[in-house]
Amino acid sequence: MKFVDEFRDPAAARALVSSIRDLAKDDEFKFMEVCGGHTHTIYRHGIEHLLPANVELVHGPGCPVCVIPMGRVDDAMWLAEKPDVIFTSFGDMMRVPGSRGSLLEAKARGADVRFVYSPLDSLRIATENPDKHVVFFAVGFETTAPSTAVTLVRAKELGVTNFSVFCNHVTIVPPLKAILDSPDLRLDGFLGPGHVSTVVGNRPYRFVTEVYGKPIVVAGFEPLDILAAVHMLLAQIREGRREVENQYSRVVPEEGNPQALALLGEVFELRPHFEWRGLGFISQSALKLNDAYAEFDAEMRFDMPGIRVADPKACQCGEVLKGVIKPWECKVFGTACTPETPIGTCMVSPEGACAAYYNFGRLHRETAVLIGMPSAPSVGAAASAR
Amino acid sequence: MCLGIPGQVVEITDAAGHLAKVDVSGVQRTISIRLLADQGVAPDDWVLVHVGFAMSLIDQHEADLTMAAIKQMGQAYSDELEAFEATAIV
Ligand code: SF4
Repeated sequence: MKFVDEFRDPAAARALVSSIRDLAKDDEFKFMEVCGGHTHTIYRHGIEHLLPANVELVHGPGCPVCVIPMGRVDDAMWLAEKPDVIFTSFGDMMRVPGSRGSLLEAKARGADVRFVYSPLDSLRIATENPDKHVVFFAVGFETTAPSTAVTLVRAKELGVTNFSVFCNHVTIVPPLKAILDSPDLRLDGFLGPGHVSTVVGNRPYRFVTEVYGKPIVVAGFEPLDILAAVHMLLAQIREGRREVENQYSRVVPEEGNPQALALLGEVFELRPHFEWRGLGFISQSALKLNDAYAEFDAEMRFDMPGIRVADPKACQCGEVLKGVIKPWECKVFGTACTPETPIGTCMVSPEGACAAYYNFGRLHRETAVLIGMPSAPSVGAAASAR
Repeated sequence: MCLGIPGQVVEITDAAGHLAKVDVSGVQRTISIRLLADQGVAPDDWVLVHVGFAMSLIDQHEADLTMAAIKQMGQAYSDELEAFEATAIV
């Protein structure tokens, strides 16, 4: 495991932190980590407290479970409760609250809801249950969308007719644009998502540098990856460069995965607009099945209600997803809203900022306050910043 | 779901259907390698597995690193492994 140690090397971390400090000087920097996996690493390892107080990481919208609006969960429940339907979903989505409870609760009430590891598992359930209709609840960014695409191609090849997909796949670039256009937040750069980029490559982020003049560095998920990426962002800014850089080249190829991109093109088309939790409608931000695959589109196959509901009043997931507030600044955080009884989506997935902070961050923060580390805002400061 | 878990290819079980058996922490299951169809995936290769699909070829270095990182996630890791154990696509 010496390779692992190399990425956890305290001396290397100290060296990076000290040159981050040198580069940052006394100026204030705000960088957004787009991906929920990064948020998890940051809280898991207390990285926010390693950084100087003037270099702040804010969490972005890259947790696929977190961005699904309540209405889509209600639609999923409507499908799941139809007789003769077997509704299949990734485990993470089962606990997301809709306005009438979660899929898990629908299951407890008698609906045939099954948790699957892979969309291919759903397809197999369809072939084994010819007298039922099997729906797969597809969620996720470009990391999981190609898997759904292959499953649909396979379904067509096999001539399966009792299978459809309730498609909620979203794409990473439009929410970034929305955040860059929003007046709420002034950002100095981005840590780009690691796994999404294995599919899309680095090219789609060029608008961040070219149109908005901000640097972006695609980063890995180790603590040192995050520190290295922050360092690369600061170096770009100090050298007057604004580029898409790839810190995670050991996994992310420059051009992504052309095979996966081709499959996405074969099966999906862009929706004119799609509602995101807390971000509202964003045009061309999500995928639907194209005409060649319409027979597998649950929204075409069933007369779906297309429910729209506002997020619960207490829920501040939208602000968390835009990086406007930190999880602990939400009024119901840790009291009414916990991983056991989530009100918002950000508390459900382990990649959600609220769940990650609830599970790990609180302890780091308490320790940091205890030893008086400068980057730890006091509780009072956090409250008055609201 | 966004967790990629590293697996080592044991055998290509169905070349035409792009299926391979991979080993994740001692558990062997069938996954699809269609997304890497042009990359010549072969036994002993390490791949990052997302929801039953090999998403990228990685080296052992990266596999060790990723495995150590996700083991630290505790519950999320055991959930993912349990889900992987339950998969039965063919
Ligand atoms: S604490 Fe709960 S309601 Fe508040 S932002 Fe987080 S997940 Fe949403």
